Amino acid sequence: MIDNLPYFVVAITIILGIYTILIRKDLIKIIMGLSIIESGVNLFLITIGYRWEGVAPIYTNAPSLQMVMPTVQALTLTSIVIGVATEALMLSMVMLIWRHYKTKDVRKATKLQG
Amino acid sequence: MSMSKIIRVTADLLFPFIVIFGFYIVLHGHLTPGGGFQGGAVIATGFILLFAAHRIDDVTCIFGKKLFQNFEAFGLFLFIGTALVAIALGYTFFMNFLANSGGLFGQTVSFGINPGSLNTAGVIPILNLAVGMEVLGGLSIIIIYMTKAIQWQEDLE
Amino acid sequence: MSVILDNLPALLIALPILGAILCPVISRISDNVRNGWVLLISALTSLTCLAVAEKVFAQGALVYTFGISAINQVIPPDSGGIPVRIIFVIDQMNAFMLVIAAIVGFCITVYSISGISRLSGKDGFYTLLMLLTAGVIGMISTGDLFNFFVFLEISSLSGAALVAYRVDKGVAAEAGLKYGALSTLGGLMFLVGIGLLFVQYNSLNIAVLASRIQLTNLDIIAFVLLFTALAMKCGAVPMHFWTPDSYSMAPSGVTAFLVVSSQASLYGLFRICFTLFGAQINPLTIGWVIIVLGVLSMFIGVTMAIPQKDVKRLMAYHAVSQTGYMLLGVGVGLAALSNMNMFESAGMMALTGGIFHIMNHALYKGLLFLTAGVIFFRCGTRNLNQLGGLGHNMKWTMIFFMIGALAIAGIPPFNGFASKLLIYESTFIFNPVLSVIAMVVSILTLASFVKVFHSMFMGPVLPEYSEVKEAPKPMLIAMGILAFLVILFGIFPQQVIDFMVTPAATALVNYPGYIHAVLGGV
Repeated sequence: MIDNLPYFVVAITIILGIYTILIRKDLIKIIMGLSIIESGVNLFLITIGYRWEGVAPIYTNAPSLQMVMPTVQALTLTSIVIGVATEALMLSMVMLIWRHYKTKDVRKATKLQG
Repeated sequence: MSMSKIIRVTADLLFPFIVIFGFYIVLHGHLTPGGGFQGGAVIATGFILLFAAHRIDDVTCIFGKKLFQNFEAFGLFLFIGTALVAIALGYTFFMNFLANSGGLFGQTVSFGINPGSLNTAGVIPILNLAVGMEVLGGLSIIIIYMTKAIQWQEDLE
Repeated sequence: MSVILDNLPALLIALPILGAILCPVISRISDNVRNGWVLLISALTSLTCLAVAEKVFAQGALVYTFGISAINQVIPPDSGGIPVRIIFVIDQMNAFMLVIAAIVGFCITVYSISGISRLSGKDGFYTLLMLLTAGVIGMISTGDLFNFFVFLEISSLSGAALVAYRVDKGVAAEAGLKYGALSTLGGLMFLVGIGLLFVQYNSLNIAVLASRIQLTNLDIIAFVLLFTALAMKCGAVPMHFWTPDSYSMAPSGVTAFLVVSSQASLYGLFRICFTLFGAQINPLTIGWVIIVLGVLSMFIGVTMAIPQKDVKRLMAYHAVSQTGYMLLGVGVGLAALSNMNMFESAGMMALTGGIFHIMNHALYKGLLFLTAGVIFFRCGTRNLNQLGGLGHNMKWTMIFFMIGALAIAGIPPFNGFASKLLIYESTFIFNPVLSVIAMVVSILTLASFVKVFHSMFMGPVLPEYSEVKEAPKPMLIAMGILAFLVILFGIFPQQVIDFMVTPAATALVNYPGYIHAVLGGV
């Protein structure tokens, strides 16, 4: 049961992120909710790779050959980089909306409708 | 929008150490945790410390937008170029043509317990360096544009 | 020379990425040099796509492994029989999508030379455009699930930045924000699905996963996540809300390529349903889910399009509706797989119709968006209530718009008729109600385009538009190429179907052939 604790944390993080996107009205907080979901997914990917009593996947100086999976670490790294680029892009778009609409409220940024 | 004298002097003192630490992370990427993106992000943090402590116009006179654009373009060009050189040598795209070749990065790893050596990974340190330069350029340009936008907005008011 | 011909699939993504990297450096020299560089890279990329497609249609599936020491090896010699590198698998369905991306990509680069000539920051535009091209071509050529995710994110981010390019008092930034946020959400769901599959079968390669998959509970969850993420990215109905905003606010050349990007996600959806889970899912259930999504998209798309006042928003809703046609055709093909008799009579024809519709839609929808872009470029507005009487001055644009509008409505000499006839006949055999709905939607499409044509081009010349000139030469060339292909595919549909569409449909259904091409030996 205690082995599954990281999966519970992943579920709680993703649910908190979805709650933030649905309930908050400030645009920056919505994008931070998206970032919380990304952190949850990255944690999920790392937790998948764990092997019971495994060591770091480096061959020289290795105390035993039961290693954690290195491929999921590469997947998580790629996902973190994509997350950085996405957040930078979306925060600059929020800055543009703030400059032109003079508001950060998502209920007022609705010129495109119907 | 610059900060007080203590912060500015401390930032100037800390800047070279951060850059060298980041460069260490980039170059040892195939042996210790780290590599291209992580080391590049640390080096960019060093530059961002300067952008945050001084006025953005003063720093941009020395480390301008063009410098970081050149870094970014050179880093990416080195990455794709190294991948394409493998085609010219007769292998496929992205082949590790330096590993086990005895050349610059091509020493073979000795088996058993040993601390590892810097020259054993073939093309990987070159790709790490390329990605590090690219990330440094990219992240610094993002922060320059955002800080200039904030400054422009504040000058309007 | 033979070294280039052997490594053509690698050049498919290396060329656009190289072009994107060097574009900011080259544009410091001068504008004309940068335009020349962009045209050169775009032409070379299109030629490479067409060369790879021709090779695949002649010789069968092509597999290219990255980072291996000999050219034609697929499995590294020291790995125990498992392909562990990233591979590009190009079979006939991928080659079909590559042809589409090549044609539309070259046309919009020619169009954008004059389309954005009045805007600033053009080096950023061309960099992002070439990255978008690289992302779409990578999505439709790869044989590895995580590589598909990386290219999906590259094309989403470049697309979101390009949608917000012409800031336009912040409205385009709002559209770009919606597109970026929804694409990221879809990408994260896709990533969780990949993680769930990886932890069970220890491989990310599509062919290896297809040969090892059994339908455990985690697999069903992974399938639902992957399906929903890709349906979100291609604009199927419960998740289509980003489509009208981002297609109307983007610069027009970019909109035509965003259509191709949505179709690449549609291709990903078909690859997952037919090949990855091909041996295990129940074709009837999943087929009916796709059919329901298709019917909803068709109907809601066309009914939301009729009251629109903004030309490009109307065309964007029609894009949603035509995506419904493709989903309907392929859904009927998948559902018919459960019964071999029905598949022989109706399923193969429906699959062929749906896949042929992908290419036709890219061509005529691209043409329509480019004509709307010409009108916005010359008149400064997209509002149908303010436009009028443009047919007197812009004769070529009117002819191209008429060709595009007749093609989308399915009128005989143009290519829309051929694919829609295949869909009508086959869905009538499968279930007559679907066929009736499809025909009603087609009539409503024709009605809304007659309204647009009349209010934009017919009528007396309005005083504020009495001096608009015809479109500039590069735009006319781009629209001319697309219009010529629309007419050509309409007059000779049987040759196109025999040469390109039937091999693609056969290769899509034939998942043992796909696994055999990669792993060699069943």
